[in-house]
Formats: sequence, structure tokens, C-alpha cells
Amino acid sequence: METEVANKKNKHVTILSDREVVMSRVFDAPRALIFKMYTDPKHITQFLGPKKYINVVDKMDVRVGGIWRFIQRDDKGKEFAFNGIYKEIDAPKRLAYTFEFEGMPGHILLETLTFEETKGKTTLTANVLFQNIEDRDGMLNSGMESGATESWDRLAELLERVKNN
Amino acid sequence: MRRDVFQAIADPTRREILNMIAHKSLNVNSVAGNFLVSRTAIYKHMKILSECGLVVIKQQGRERYCEARLKKLSQVSNWVEQYRQVWEARFDSLDEYLKQVTAKRKRPAKRKFKKIKV
Repeated sequence: METEVANKKNKHVTILSDREVVMSRVFDAPRALIFKMYTDPKHITQFLGPKKYINVVDKMDVRVGGIWRFIQRDDKGKEFAFNGIYKEIDAPKRLAYTFEFEGMPGHILLETLTFEETKGKTTLTANVLFQNIEDRDGMLNSGMESGATESWDRLAELLERVKNN
Repeated sequence: MRRDVFQAIADPTRREILNMIAHKSLNVNSVAGNFLVSRTAIYKHMKILSECGLVVIKQQGRERYCEARLKKLSQVSNWVEQYRQVWEARFDSLDEYLKQVTAKRKRPAKRKFKKIKV
């Protein structure tokens, strides 16, 4: 009963609450491989972030409570760093970690990736939960309550209308 | 307390109120009449909605009407759009990398030159 926001590319975006967005895509590969790519520094540098940057893994301690820190460097040597803590590691099904851009400290997201495999294809779902402290009030009484999801459905319609105006 | 569009839509009752008045403005009392919770509670939600800029309460004669101002909701769509773009890019790049990796796996290393018999 979530809110789906249709978009031109016809890919999946769902609003779960005012702090939580879910996106998914199907990949033509087994989930064990994709999971490995997310948890192996050798692989993750190959696809993380925009192409114009060189990705460097500063820290990548893949265990619950372990810290990761990645640096993206552009051709002028400018650096952007991101860090977080692994919260959940359940190979090859689930991976959750916090995500913080060091240029905007304090705005911490929780990203949860789930990998579901059918006939060799994997649906990768990314759940992004926005969780900075000032917004916690909003989070507490957001769509998590029972029976609250239905009104998100209709909010999607309103959002579409706003977009088309 | 914050007064922005996210705070406005964080609460299910407030979303319900918005849905109710989205198509036509309604008398404050008749909105309240649709809920099981107390009128005071509904008035409080309306006050928050108007402070967040999503509802305007207008006096018409002896009645007060609430009117939806949905334009601000585009902040929510923009917020969603931002993450959608980030993840579209990440998915694209993962997809590309997966193709590279699986292509290598399927094809064993080719010999660079054919042996030519002399």
C-alpha cells in the first residue's frame, strides 16, 4: 500500500513515509555476484559514483559496526568524501549502512539494500531513510503508524497533480 | 517545531485532511465532522497545515472554510526526485559494470594472434 510515483522512465520509486524513499531495478546477474560487488573494495570502486571521479576506498570494514569511507576525486584533485557504518550484513540478501556526505555533516541517511533473485535475475531494492536529528520529530509520527499508509497512496495523486501543473 | 511541508504531511490525519479538501474547499466544521478524533485535535492539525502553508483558512460570513494550497507539495516531489536521480545513476553504473564483469566470465581469454602455419 505504498505511494508510487510514476516517472517517465517507468522505473520504480516509492514513498514509504515523509522520510523514506524506495527505488528498485532488475539486474541480469545472480544476487551473490551483486552482493559481492557491494562488499568488496576491488569491485565497489568500479561502479560507485559518477564516472568523472576516481573512487578511492579509504576504509571498508565490512562487518556490523564497521566503518566505511570512500573518497571521490575529480581531475582537478578536488575531493568529496563519504562515510558510514555497516548496520546489517546478511549475505547475499540484505545490506544496510549509514551514509553521510562529509560536505554536509549531520545529514545521515540509512540505506538498506535488498537483493531478491528469480531465475538468475536480481531485483535490487534501495530503501533510503532520511534520519537527521532535527527531522526526528517528523519521523516519529510519520507513515509508520498502522493504517497510515493508505493516505500516502492518495498523496501520490496529489503529487502528480502538482507536477503536471 | 518545524513548520515545513514535510512536517505537514508527516501525520496521517493531516494527509487525510489534505485529501479531503484537495478538490474543493470545505467548511472547517464539516472537515472535523469526518474524523473520529475530537474537533480540537482537528483544529490543531489545521493550524499546523496553515502554518506550513498548505492550507488557507478563509472567513466567509459566519463560516470558516479551508482551502488547499498544494503547490508547496512540489517540495516533496523534488525531494523524491533528488534521490531517484542519485539512484538511477548508481543503478546505471552498476548495470554497466555487471555487464563488463559477466562478459569477461562468459568469454575465456582469446588468443591475440592466430597461429599461421608456414
